[in-house]
Order: sequence, then C-alpha cells, then structure tokens
Amino acid sequence: MPKSKSAYSVPSKKQKSDTHIFVVWVDNEAGVLARVVGLFSGRGYNIESLAVAEVDAIKNISRITIVTTGTPQVIDQIKLQLKKLVPVHKVADFKREDKDVIFKEMALFKIVGNKDKMDRCINACKKYNPVILDQTQKSTVIQVTALRREIDKMNTKLKPLGLISTSRTGAVAMTRGAKIFNL
Amino acid sequence: MSKLYTGAEIVFKCLEDQKVKHIFGYPGGAVLPIYDELKNHSSIKHILVRHEQGAGHAAEGYARSSGKPGVVLVTSGPGATNVVTALTDAYMDSVPLVCISGQVPTHLIGTDAFQECDTTGITRPCTKHNWLVKDINDLPRIMHEAFKVATTGRPGPVLVDIPKDIQFAKTKYKKPKKEIKLNGKSHNKFSQNQINQLVELMSNSKKPIIYSGGGVINSGPSASEALREFVQLTNFPITSTLQGLGAYPGDDNQFLGMLGMHGTYEANNAMHDCDLLINIGARFDDRITGKIDEFSPNSKKVHIDIDPSSINKIIKVDLAIVGDVTNVITKINKTVSKKNNGFTRSNKQKIAKWWEQIQKWRGKDSLNFINSDQRIKPQHAVQRLYELTKKMDTFITTEVGQHQMWAAQHYKFNKPNRWMTSGGLGTMGYGLPAAVGVQIAHPKKLVIDIAGEASVLMTMQEMSTAIQYNLPIKIFILNNQYMGMVRQWQELLHEKNYSESYSEALPDFMKMADAYGCKGIKAQNPSNLDDKIQEMLDYDGPVIFDCQVDPNENCFPMIPSGKPHNQMILGPKDQQDNKIKGKGKALV
Repeated sequence: MPKSKSAYSVPSKKQKSDTHIFVVWVDNEAGVLARVVGLFSGRGYNIESLAVAEVDAIKNISRITIVTTGTPQVIDQIKLQLKKLVPVHKVADFKREDKDVIFKEMALFKIVGNKDKMDRCINACKKYNPVILDQTQKSTVIQVTALRREIDKMNTKLKPLGLISTSRTGAVAMTRGAKIFNL
Repeated sequence: MSKLYTGAEIVFKCLEDQKVKHIFGYPGGAVLPIYDELKNHSSIKHILVRHEQGAGHAAEGYARSSGKPGVVLVTSGPGATNVVTALTDAYMDSVPLVCISGQVPTHLIGTDAFQECDTTGITRPCTKHNWLVKDINDLPRIMHEAFKVATTGRPGPVLVDIPKDIQFAKTKYKKPKKEIKLNGKSHNKFSQNQINQLVELMSNSKKPIIYSGGGVINSGPSASEALREFVQLTNFPITSTLQGLGAYPGDDNQFLGMLGMHGTYEANNAMHDCDLLINIGARFDDRITGKIDEFSPNSKKVHIDIDPSSINKIIKVDLAIVGDVTNVITKINKTVSKKNNGFTRSNKQKIAKWWEQIQKWRGKDSLNFINSDQRIKPQHAVQRLYELTKKMDTFITTEVGQHQMWAAQHYKFNKPNRWMTSGGLGTMGYGLPAAVGVQIAHPKKLVIDIAGEASVLMTMQEMSTAIQYNLPIKIFILNNQYMGMVRQWQELLHEKNYSESYSEALPDFMKMADAYGCKGIKAQNPSNLDDKIQEMLDYDGPVIFDCQVDPNENCFPMIPSGKPHNQMILGPKDQQDNKIKGKGKALV
C-alpha cells in the first residue's frame, strides 16, 4: 500500500456496486430538486437517470425517481441522507433486479428516410409498444416504452435505418399487485 | 380583525416567542428594515461584530455554552457569504444556529442586483434546511419552523433569507404551534429490547470501553449526569472525542483521556483491544478511527445516536440504538440497576484484568513532554493555566492546530458546555469570536481562548467587539511563530520542507492590545509564567496574552494517518528511551 503523505488515510478496498432505484416523495416547493440532486453531487453519489413530476396537486407532492449505483453501504447512506431532508416525506429503494417492481422508460425516436426504412424501424420497435406520433413523406417520430437496456439496444439498431434524434426520460417505477410502496 | 405587522416586526415577534435574548449581527442595505425595528424590542440585545464570520462563531460559542440556539443577523450578498464558514462549522459540529439574512427585493432577485447572491443556493449544502421567503404570509410559519429544525433531532444551522420588500410587507402574526410535525425528522424511537441486548452484551464483556462524543453535550446536562451514573454503575473505562470533553469528569480515574489522532496511549489501545465498544453520541470521525479496516478489530460495536444516517456510515455496528442520549442512557441505567444487584459487582470482577492492562498502558504516561527552564513549553503553559483556573468555573474556547490539541490533552474539563472548539471543520479563527459569544451567555464567568498566533489573527478584529461590550475575555496565545500543526506535518511527512508555515512579520501583540484598548501581557520565561497568568486572571477586562513558547515542540502522542490505533508515535521521552534500548541491545 502506498504510504499516505497527507493528513488523511488511503482508501480501503471497494465493495461491489449494485444498481438501485430510489423513489422519493417530496413537497413540491422551490429548490427541492436542487436539495436532492445536491445531496448526490455533494456526497459523491452518482445519478444514472432522474424522473420528477408532481403527482398530487392537492397535497402538493412530487415524486422523484432516481437510478443510482453504489456499494451496499453507500445505498444505505443515500436512503438515510434523503430521509433527513426536511421536504422529503418518504423514500423507497429497490434493486434493479427486483421482480415485484415494474420499471419503465420512454423514448422518442425521429427517423428520416424512405418509406421502406421507416417501416423497418416501426417493425423493429414492435416489441416495445410503438406509437407513431408524427409521420411525413420523409420522416416519422416513434414513441416506445421499455427498459433502459432495451432502449439502448434500439438506439444502436435504428442508427443505420435513419435514426437522427433520440429523446428519452429517466426510469419510473411502480410495484406489482395491489400493494403500494410502504415504509 | 387581528392586527397587521410588517415582516421586520414579525421577525422580532418570532424571536421574542422563541425566547431569544441575544443576536449577533452586522447591518447592511438589505436588512435595514429589521435593524430599524430593533429599537422597539428591549428584551433582545444585538451584539455588533466586526465581520459576519465572527457573528457566526460567536453565535456558535453562545449556543454550545448555553444549550440555546445562536441567532445571527446579516445582510445580503457579502454579509451572507461571509457567514458561510461559520454555518459549515456549525453543521459539522451539530451546533444549533438560526441565521437570518437580508435579500434584495423579490422583483430584483435573479437580476445581479447590488449585493445580490443566491444565498439559499450557496448555503444549501451547509445548513440543515434553508428558506427563501417569497410571500409575507409564510414568514411567521417559516421563522418558527427554523427554530424547530435547528434545535430538534441532531441540531444544526438553518438560514432564513428575507427579501427587503418582504420585511416591509404586512400580514397577521401567528404564534408557534405547540407541536409541528416535521415528517418524523426527529428520531427517538428505541425499544426496551434493544436496551436489553446492550445490557446482555455488557454483562458478557471482559474488555469493554465507552466512547462518548458531542452528542452527549448536545443532549443537555442531564445526559452528562446519566453518563456519569452509567460509568459508575458499570465500572467501565470511558474515553471521549474532542467534542465530548467535559461530559465525563476529566480528572476521574475511569476516564482514559481523549482518543484519536492525538489521543492518549491508553485510550487508543483500549479502543483497539476491546471486546465491546459502546459509542454514545459520536460519529466515528476519521480523526478517531484511523485506518478503518483495522479499527477495533475484535469488538462488538454498539452505536447510540439520534441521527440514523450516522449509523453504519463509516463503521459497521452490531447494535444500533437511535435515540436521544439522555433517554437512552437513563433507560440503560434503569435496566442495569433492575436486572440484578449481583450483575454490576460480578461484572466488575470480570473486567479487573482489563483494568490491569489499562493501568499498564497508562504507565507510558503518553502526554509527557520534556520540560525546560529556558523556554516555555506549550504543554506546560496549558498545564499551568489549568492549575491556576481549575477552581473557577472556566469556559475554554480554542482555535485550530497544535494549541487546540494541547488544550484538549492537558486541560481537564469536569462539566459539559465548558469546552468550545471547532472539531469537524477545523476552522482557524473560531476561538476568539466564540469566546465573545460564550462571555455574552455567561457574563460573570471566566472565558479563555487558548489560541495560536496564526489562527487568532484570522478573526482578530473581534477584539473590538469584546471592548465595545466590556467582555473580559482572555486571549491566551501560545505563540510559536509557526502554523504549528502544518509545521509538524511537514517535519514528519514532508522531509522538513517548511513550505510557507513560518509567520514572518508577526504583529507585536502588546501594541495590538494597546491599539484595541485592552491589556497586553507577554510571557517569555517559565520562571514567571505563573505570575503572568495570575496577572491575566486578576485583570477585570479583556486581555491579549502573548505566551512565547518553544517553536519546535510537536504534539504527541500521534497516530500517523493510515495507521491503526495500536501504532502510535509517542513523545520525545519515549523515543529517547527506545533509542537507548536499541543501542543497549546492540552492545550486548
């Protein structure tokens, strides 16, 4: 181990990182997203994707879904630190592999090309609930909803077929069955 | 219809309802309406500082020594940015502060107006919570919530940013609600089952140690009483973090001294070798743990803390009890006494061997130093100061560096709230303004800032504050002409390359005292040190004491970074002994 030449210790071995999805219910007030995101950047946690919108206009509650990676210790810290924020009501956390939770992302693909290429694109998207949002002689916009890695895959697959622009959301999550997130 | 009040009036009505007696501040354009209102509220005294950082640290000293939240009032822009260091310091050391800052009028926010800055943006990471008040109707609620957030759970700083037009706008005033529920942010839920588990661990332990921290101080004087009872009841050895000093009497035989980087040999070795570690209100800071992988390798670890995010953050523990220290220890004491009368006694026998081992470590006398009759040794100066003041109820503040560690090692505290130091953030320049705040909270008591000459120059301007309010604070400067701790690290780790750590052109502190209008005392000789200290204590007014000490002295013992607790560097006496032993062996 290198001799530490500073007033601090050298880092010890890193544990294995897992991908987790956090769902955070917050008061929909000015600066609340900055608090949550600032917590991540300030403590060196990373954010893979982020989705946020108001879900209850009467109670003024927004729901933030954050995909992140970290060691078990870091994941634990993220949860506890989030809970300390004053506008945070509750926090749920799931492993990406969790079978009881549905994760979805949405993407919009703009394809420019001839009819043949556009048809092949729509065909390729078949598995992912494609919706044609716009179509002209030379272009089309397709909406798909799928998992992150599936959208990643489609992104590469559609490139040679005339995909010129992709717009995608962060993941959102919902439990299966009748139960809701409860903590 | 109830009466309408201006924002500025509401600020003061809230402060009155929160029983605030003192605020530390500095006026400026964006807080003038609040300053204008000050004259109508005689129960609140404003202390005018000389720099907003000083206001923050003074409020910290006030809060730490009195247990009440410190209140700071500053203007927008530079006023707010100047207080950021103090807010961060308070955040790291869990000190309750309420900072009220002025802001440019709402219609100018975001236009780069004169003295505008994004105060809530800047202070977001260094406060527990902050608010920008955009609607006058929110002001009463926010003000009361601010006090609630600052003082409940793990205490900390908060900031309320009030635009100038809001200070003029009018609304009705609402008294604080009795119990505002803050999304369950204050945690005090532990079960008897957890207490039983702890008592079980305690009765099975042969080598236990209690490691207490600032949480005991924050929990109030009753926590210290409960802790003392707990330690007596169990006969367990106890060590303390820097922030926890005073929670347990420093001169008691069961107290092993401070632990950590500059802690005692016995405390650190006991931490390393113990089989049960009970952390009460401390946070496994990196100055305490040393190398994480080899931290107390064979112990069951118990962590009592009010902040759930402190648990398992650095060190995995076997039993976590989330709750207020007073409540938890009182419960433990009850359980231990109830369990059976024989338990405490038999347990004492079980740990007799452990005490023998601790006595052996104690024999090293790790705080020793080689005294001199030529030059004043800094450790000797602190010891003399302690001996001459221990009969008085003395409050000590410090700056940051070697002098801070020597004060922690050689000054023994017997009561909580008597020791104010910047531990987490390590802010040079903390001690002098903190002493101002302490003296405001305790006008009749003796308040001493044990300082270094480099640190104290960072906030020296607050001497004017002390003069203005007749605060008889004593600034006891251990003057070694170096940034001592920097010099020590350079000597030990950077091949004695003393890069920029020597202070050229130091001011003449005697003349400085003169200029401020306080008394200056200089001590250069060990033979009359006591007389000089006595002269300082006898003088009724602020004193700057220039104690010229040996510039080459290092602070020992010390755990080098990246090393576990049982690999300490001991002081020069021990190093000499070892050398002789080594040579002696070679000869044989």
